[in-house]
Amino acid sequence: MLTLIGVLIVVIGFALRVNPLLVVTVAGVATGVAGGLDPVSIVSEFGRAFTENRYMGLVWLTLPVIGLLERGGLKERAQQLISRVRGATTGRVLLLYLALRQLTASIGLTSLGGQAQMVRPLIAPMAEAAAEARYGELPEATRHLIDAHAAGVDNIGVFFGEDIFLAMGSVLLIKGFLEQNGISLQPLAIAVWAIPTALAVFVIHAIRLMLLDRRLKKQLSGERS
Amino acid sequence: MIRLEFVYVLAGLFFSAIAVLEWLDRNNTQRFRKALFWGIYGVTFLFGAVLPSFVTGCLVIAMVLVTGWKDLKRSNVGSVNEQQRRSSAQRLGNRLFVPALLIPLVTFAGTLTLDRIKSHGVALVAHKDVTLVSLGLSVIVALAAALYLLRQRPVDSLHEGRRLMTAVGTVAVLPQLLAALGALFAAAGVGGVVAGIVNHVIPVNMTFGVVAAYAIGMALFTIIMGNAFAAFPVMTAGIGLPLLVHLHGGNPAIVGAIGMLSGYCGTLMTPMAANFNIVPAALLELPDRNGVIKAQIPTGIVLLVVNIFLMYLLAFRF
Repeated sequence: MLTLIGVLIVVIGFALRVNPLLVVTVAGVATGVAGGLDPVSIVSEFGRAFTENRYMGLVWLTLPVIGLLERGGLKERAQQLISRVRGATTGRVLLLYLALRQLTASIGLTSLGGQAQMVRPLIAPMAEAAAEARYGELPEATRHLIDAHAAGVDNIGVFFGEDIFLAMGSVLLIKGFLEQNGISLQPLAIAVWAIPTALAVFVIHAIRLMLLDRRLKKQLSGERS
Repeated sequence: MIRLEFVYVLAGLFFSAIAVLEWLDRNNTQRFRKALFWGIYGVTFLFGAVLPSFVTGCLVIAMVLVTGWKDLKRSNVGSVNEQQRRSSAQRLGNRLFVPALLIPLVTFAGTLTLDRIKSHGVALVAHKDVTLVSLGLSVIVALAAALYLLRQRPVDSLHEGRRLMTAVGTVAVLPQLLAALGALFAAAGVGGVVAGIVNHVIPVNMTFGVVAAYAIGMALFTIIMGNAFAAFPVMTAGIGLPLLVHLHGGNPAIVGAIGMLSGYCGTLMTPMAANFNIVPAALLELPDRNGVIKAQIPTGIVLLVVNIFLMYLLAFRF
């Protein structure tokens, strides 16, 4: 049970809003000590895993391009385009992106999207602009709510789309695990069973996006009059 | 042959450039600590492949200590004003989208082709590295296109890159640190303990109860570990296979597929999956670090319930 101390440290540290880097590092050291590892192996484990997961930091390479385009007015252009589309609402813009993200991910094109590449420069500004075209200048809190939903749609689309694709890591992990336990299956036999959940999440989230539109309408058209 | 290490070196150079810019900015608060933070991060990318794990580990811990108890303050990086951006948008029109779309499109094209181009029987890019190498390549292509379109100097792109990088802040390294935490959890046997607790509380003979315990267990374990891939082998070896497949006769493909997707419901709800949940909040400059998670939680909970019913209705019928 003592090995769970790291989980406890993370929960308390995150709740108290201590610097997350410090919380995670202390939790890692505490877990290692509780698990009986010596100090040198704990530090080495940090170094090994940090290096092995460098791929997670490659997304930052896109920032110079995105920053440059923002300076050139990319966000403003995306907003101009959306405000000309009649019938565009925040919820509908996000729903269209959800459908595209899920469909492309389901045929393996997970790279056609992403938080730094698509959401910050294009999707979030478009979702904001759709509300702005209807209700005028948005309060800060509403802007943040819309942005948070834009990020959520990218995650949900890719998570519940990619599992339908045969060659995706998760399908191969399930196949490999079952094989080790004497059950041999084709990737396709596993991947098809991701389809019911993929359809369910699309319906659930579509309803939530419609509710978001209603909430925006209620909040913002009231303030205007 | 293009190795993945080249892309890491490119990223290392970018982080080192951030360090230099942070240090050179005389109006910057904490400029020495910020330069040290990004400098160390750059070194772990530049020399990660050759440094011994222990040395990298020491560097990572030093980098964390530099950020201190309250984290570093955000740098104030100026850029052009809204008026200028509007007139630029008016002038350039839809051409502005071209470099932005080049990133996903070139990545996609590279993923399809680069590992198939061969010379002397050796692929230009190893199959396992092809996506990340293509991403690196797409950034170079898109950057060249953006510089040409906007008639800017390369140093301007570093300045704008710094503006966004410091808006994200030190949270940028959190996903890698959490991966290290996950590795230590695994080494210390946290998985076995959690599976033991879940096993302890489930009603073994009630099919629906076991299905619910497995799906909720996958979600809870993923919330703790931040990664459904870490939860899957532990929960499936503990509950999925012995109870659902062997005892109750469930279809292993359905149990496995929906089990994994139940883990993904957990991913939507946890700050431990920092690259999906915390990093976007920073990238969108949300004041609430958990803003994205809050937008996702209702969908995650409803979908988890739906998954339990789907597994219960499908796994014992097909």
